[in-house]
Amino acid sequence: MKPAAEKLLAGFVDVIVIGAGHSGLAMSRFLTMRSIEHVILERGEVANSWRYERWDSLRLLTPNYLSRLPGYQYVGEDRDGYMSMQEVVAFIDGFAEFARAPVKTGTEVTSVAATGNGYHVITNKGEWITRAVVIASGAFNLPTVPAVSAAIPNTVRQITTRDYRNPNALEDGGVLIVGASATGLQLADEIHDSGRPVTVAVGEHVRMPRVYRGYDIQRWMERVGLLDESYETVDDIRRARRVPSPQLVGSDNRVTLDLNRLTDKGVRLAGRLAGMRDGTAQFSGSLRNVCALADLKQGRMLDAIDTWIDEKGLAQELEPARRFAPTAVNGSSSLGLDLKSGEIRTMVWATGYRPDYSWLQVPVLDRKGQILHDGGVAAAPGMYVMGLPFLRRRKSSFIHGAEDDARDLSEHLAAYLDQTASLRSFKVAV
Amino acid sequence: MSTQEVAIDNGVNVEALLGAREALTEAPEAAAFTWRASSTWVKGTHARSTVEKFFGLGEEQSHRTAYQYDTDHPEIFASEDNGSTPVEFVLVGLAGCLTAGIAAVAQNRGIQLHSVRATLDAPMDIQGILGIDSDVRNGFASIKVNYEIDADAAEEDIQALVAQSQKRSAVFDIVTNPTDVHVGVRKV
Repeated sequence: MKPAAEKLLAGFVDVIVIGAGHSGLAMSRFLTMRSIEHVILERGEVANSWRYERWDSLRLLTPNYLSRLPGYQYVGEDRDGYMSMQEVVAFIDGFAEFARAPVKTGTEVTSVAATGNGYHVITNKGEWITRAVVIASGAFNLPTVPAVSAAIPNTVRQITTRDYRNPNALEDGGVLIVGASATGLQLADEIHDSGRPVTVAVGEHVRMPRVYRGYDIQRWMERVGLLDESYETVDDIRRARRVPSPQLVGSDNRVTLDLNRLTDKGVRLAGRLAGMRDGTAQFSGSLRNVCALADLKQGRMLDAIDTWIDEKGLAQELEPARRFAPTAVNGSSSLGLDLKSGEIRTMVWATGYRPDYSWLQVPVLDRKGQILHDGGVAAAPGMYVMGLPFLRRRKSSFIHGAEDDARDLSEHLAAYLDQTASLRSFKVAV
Repeated sequence: MSTQEVAIDNGVNVEALLGAREALTEAPEAAAFTWRASSTWVKGTHARSTVEKFFGLGEEQSHRTAYQYDTDHPEIFASEDNGSTPVEFVLVGLAGCLTAGIAAVAQNRGIQLHSVRATLDAPMDIQGILGIDSDVRNGFASIKVNYEIDADAAEEDIQALVAQSQKRSAVFDIVTNPTDVHVGVRKV
């Protein structure tokens, strides 16, 4: 009886939020404050990706004092520290409770399709009719693994950063890490420290010091206004949305984790993984240039911070301005690595993530499978998206970025609900 | 006293390029280009190549005129030296591509260029092509490009021009990344 019963209509509701991570919960908080009826459908538990899909040593890239959600913030002693994943989960859990968020856990959305003036949402626990949908299922659902992975010899074990937990689970022997964003560098660091020789394939990346002139770089980015920069004013929003996560790590001693730190330890660098031929990985000869691009970009950001400090007349109170050594690319960079020789036993794909919209039956995806939206207002009436990189602001994908986006989008959503016909006028055919 | 707006002019129509970028984002099929060259053996190591037609924006296109290039080898290779070596043409292509990119990026960033000079050095151990040592590759061991640029901009901004030009350069990509090459042949 039960399985059949679950096929029945679970309910009518004005808004369905998909995903109970920080974005969906922040939206829920504003909807509640506006007395908009809604439910949050969550495939697993609150903060599921933080809870189950990240490696053991990961800590937030932003300092604790920046961790805040609408009406809720970090209140501990360690304002400059970085939360572990358990702490992040506890923080988001605490917010869900504080916000009395109407979360339905263990409820996986399998289809969202347009119907009448709203949407028909099918889950593993019944079906819903709703007037509006907020997609807050995250930007980091599926690891992006390049097609070239199919040509890797089967003697090399391949693992994505979603499945990686710690170095102990890897075989002894060499490790090739593909990707040089925060993830790639953090994994390179700890895998090297475990005694396994590491090579990192480095494409375009974003370099920044952890601490500058005595304060966390994220604090400077916030104060200078970089984190609040709008998607409407930034130069080339398409590119801004593709920028990989900066090379940062959250640690007790606030170290700067850049390529120089890794090469000083003995980690080898190679260019971007460009192809595979006869079991040999081929690396691009562009390593010097991608490092030069990142060094120059870092310099421009520090220039902007120094200018801001000077304009505010704060220079005397702070550590002096400084510049960091250019990324050292010693000798000739490796252009090939024989993956059949047994030297490399494991390949880690730190090549980023993409969202999973396989359940979305509404034509709002572009040819690259990305959702078409204007600052989170999707290209379908009553549909919204949250938590994507640079959705509305540079901080949009950060925990502390959810509040402003949710405020803006809930306002738009409320106006939409006011303008459109009430749910009761639907002709429902389920 | 009046201030004078100095128009930056590197001879690059950036508006047209940006317009094309916008248009081709909307119509990706028009962005599918095919470049072509034909080549005829003359004598010895001398060949003559012609470029004229190419495909792009959904239709056949043509240069203003057909361009011809002679390739040969120098006299120390017991050749007649009727033109530059093919490997030198690769350097010509790289320099042409990077320099064009520098001009375009400079125009887009409002930087007036006065002079842009590149010298390219590409060491090669010809034991590879002569089949003396199979551990030596046929091609360049590396390529060094050195730019000397006079422009109304700070040192870092000029460095950024050159870095951005490499990032967007087709020939830089061709020489730094592998390309799948199919060579067919038929008896006539």
